[in-house]
Amino acid sequence: MTLTADLVRPSIPAEPVACAHCGLAVPDALIQLEAEHQFCCTGCEAVFQTLHACGLDNYYRLRDLGDSTFQPAHPTNESFLSFDTEAFYKLYVQPKNDGALSVDLTLEGVTCAACVWLLERLPRVLPGIIDARLSLREATVRLTWDPQQIKLSRIAQSLDKLGYTPHAARSELGREAHRKEARKRLIHVGVAGAIMGNVMLLALALYAGSFGNMDVQYRMFFRWISAGLAMISLCWPGATFFRSAWTAIRMRTTNLDVPIALALAVGGVAGFVNVVLNRGEIYFDSLCVLIFLLLVGRFIQYRQQRWADDAVGLLFNLTPRSCQRVEDGQVVDIPAEALVPGDIVQVRAGDLFPADGIVLSGKSSINMAMLTGESMPAPIAPGSPVHAGAQNIGSVVRFTVQSVGGATRIGKLMRLVEDGIREKPAVVQFADRVGKWFVVAITVVAIATFAFWSRISLPLAIDHTVALLIVTCPCVLGLATPLTIAIAIGRLARRDILVKNGVALEQLSRGGTLLLDKTGTLTEGKLRVLNWYGSQSARALAARAEQNSNHPVGRALAHLAQESPANDQPLSDIVERGDGGLSARIGQSLLHIGSPAFTRRNGVDISCSLQANIKESESTQCTTVVVAIDRIAVAIAALGDALRSDSPSAVDRLRQLNFAPEILSGDAAPVVSNIAKQVQVEPERAHGGMMPEQKLRHVQQHGGKPVVMVGDGVNDAAALAAADVGIAVHGGAEASLAAADVYIARPGLAPVVELVQVSRKAMHVIHRNLIISLSYNLLAGALAVGGWMTPMIAAILMPVSSATVLGLSVLSIGGFVRLRKAVQS
Amino acid sequence: MTVLFVILPLAIIMAGVALGAFFWAVHRGQFDDLDTPRYRMLFDDVDSERRQ
Repeated sequence: MTLTADLVRPSIPAEPVACAHCGLAVPDALIQLEAEHQFCCTGCEAVFQTLHACGLDNYYRLRDLGDSTFQPAHPTNESFLSFDTEAFYKLYVQPKNDGALSVDLTLEGVTCAACVWLLERLPRVLPGIIDARLSLREATVRLTWDPQQIKLSRIAQSLDKLGYTPHAARSELGREAHRKEARKRLIHVGVAGAIMGNVMLLALALYAGSFGNMDVQYRMFFRWISAGLAMISLCWPGATFFRSAWTAIRMRTTNLDVPIALALAVGGVAGFVNVVLNRGEIYFDSLCVLIFLLLVGRFIQYRQQRWADDAVGLLFNLTPRSCQRVEDGQVVDIPAEALVPGDIVQVRAGDLFPADGIVLSGKSSINMAMLTGESMPAPIAPGSPVHAGAQNIGSVVRFTVQSVGGATRIGKLMRLVEDGIREKPAVVQFADRVGKWFVVAITVVAIATFAFWSRISLPLAIDHTVALLIVTCPCVLGLATPLTIAIAIGRLARRDILVKNGVALEQLSRGGTLLLDKTGTLTEGKLRVLNWYGSQSARALAARAEQNSNHPVGRALAHLAQESPANDQPLSDIVERGDGGLSARIGQSLLHIGSPAFTRRNGVDISCSLQANIKESESTQCTTVVVAIDRIAVAIAALGDALRSDSPSAVDRLRQLNFAPEILSGDAAPVVSNIAKQVQVEPERAHGGMMPEQKLRHVQQHGGKPVVMVGDGVNDAAALAAADVGIAVHGGAEASLAAADVYIARPGLAPVVELVQVSRKAMHVIHRNLIISLSYNLLAGALAVGGWMTPMIAAILMPVSSATVLGLSVLSIGGFVRLRKAVQS
Repeated sequence: MTVLFVILPLAIIMAGVALGAFFWAVHRGQFDDLDTPRYRMLFDDVDSERRQ
């Protein structure tokens, strides 16, 4: 395959070399001068070799056809044995009639056309797979395979090897329901469109006939057919508006559908009566156009919102669903749903605990940041309680399951989330608030018109009032508002900001209170070395000594390697002591790295100035590490959760956009006030030590409306659900994704600024559309009140006004693009 | 012009048939995924080139 080789062969080694698989720059250390292809990581190399061995090199050609973003491949090399268990089959696998089985798998890393090609060629590569169909939008492949020939775990391993880590897809039932709803809406649009076309043709004939001599029999025939078609449109697709208006009236509120339904009902009934009596005007063409345009606007918004919702749903699937149960001394992979209390489960380093329980064997530390917001890892030993969702970051442990599913701490938090969503007061959308005034204004004007004309003639009064009600229907607003919101959601989605709920945009544009979580939102959510006191040359030494450590403190120190002066004194005998430190040999000298207590136990002497540094570090709640050579302390490292570099400027921007920032954190109060100082939030607006329940109460009782909450952990989920707008940020837990209105797939607060700017822009467009729509209604209303309105004028005015508003909305897409460029630069 | 009395219902019946075809396509799921098929058509070329 020469094509790929040409693409990637490094011509001049001095230039950055592109990875043969993902196209990213290859680090200098990994460049192999002899090799034909270069790779940025072993993951990419493995995938490239697999593709090549299977004769699937065309993947690379196809990939360059589309506008896709490439990612390095990260095969997990898991066994996926849980895919072969009975529990998995019962939950996800569908039998086909000829003994074959079918399953939907959601895949990571599906980006472009080449992925479709590659995945749908699977039946040729793996004998036993009968069919593979990929849906790009859902990133889900439907596999049909013969269980006699190949095991599902083997297929899953192959997918993983290709860089598409598979997960069991979300419940088929939920997706089926969404699919049905989308199909129903599409059919409504289709019916309304077909009827609109036919009724408009008939109307054209009638208008032309009204200028010449049209035989009465043809006139009546055309009018009867228009009436029949319009009735279908009104009763079938148009019923949506009547239902929605009726619901609003029963709840004693109004929405935009009330004036729309009023116009449709009055126009339909009056037109039908006029056809039967063979007198007066009919407005069926305008009514049918109205139904069609409104349905199109709503359909587009529905699709866009569904898309964002699906995209967030995909992330749900990516949380680990399998765990390792210990059965008669053997470790077996099973789906986490199949666990029952009393089971013994093994949790490897880096894995999440699948249930609540008590540690049985093994010593490790766990990261509870997702659950509590506490950024420091906690040590666990046999007998310690552990909670589902905590991450094991030390070594392998086994624990006895005590509660699963809804009975776990996380399950209880999820119930709080559901309560929060249920109790959240419904927001009156902008268009519906306007709808209320529309109803009042139109009713008043209609009564006045009727009263005025009825003194002259009753039939004339009825005709003019009907015309008024039809032409002042807020169609333009009803069409342009959902379209503008759909455009904004689409634009944001391309910037990795997924808006599940269009109302959120409206709320965000107004400003209000901004509640920020600390860990993972304002900060990196990871331990970093914040301060280094004493010998600088010890930095690289410490980094090298900790290179292979799994402990978060060790990882943070190892991270120093990139930013420290090189130090290549030979290191040997590195021993992790498990009681807060490690020891190693540098030639003849002895190196100790660990907590002050650990070094003190090992008889290390710490000078007065370094003692002062330890005090200083501990007073800011940092984790303190002492580096000692030959039992004499040479350096002190203060480790903490570092502030993101863009946080202060983002908080400042948000303040300019009318938000009053506050910090809500589960972390200790001194840490929180320290961060608050750095982002210039007043100390009384920084709240530390908040439990999830307290966060929820704080949100519910907050006066500064609207309340916008930004957070990532499970501990924020209830507060996210209760806030007027909940924004879950990158790396968030499943619970917070479910609860939030907006999910941001990029780290940091900068995307929040972008989100607020786009929502302001969108609301600006919507307000402008309202003004145009009102001027049209004033003009048309005045004509109707004066008695000059005819169906033909209505038929001309309505498309003109719709076109104006749509044109301006499309132009404002350019506005969004400009904004995006501004944000990028 | 009395032919209108025949032609008009006929035209509407034809529109009805077209709508029927549209319903059938929607229920068969032809409109569920609008992203993947536009790439699928490219693959025939790639596969046939390979065979040559």
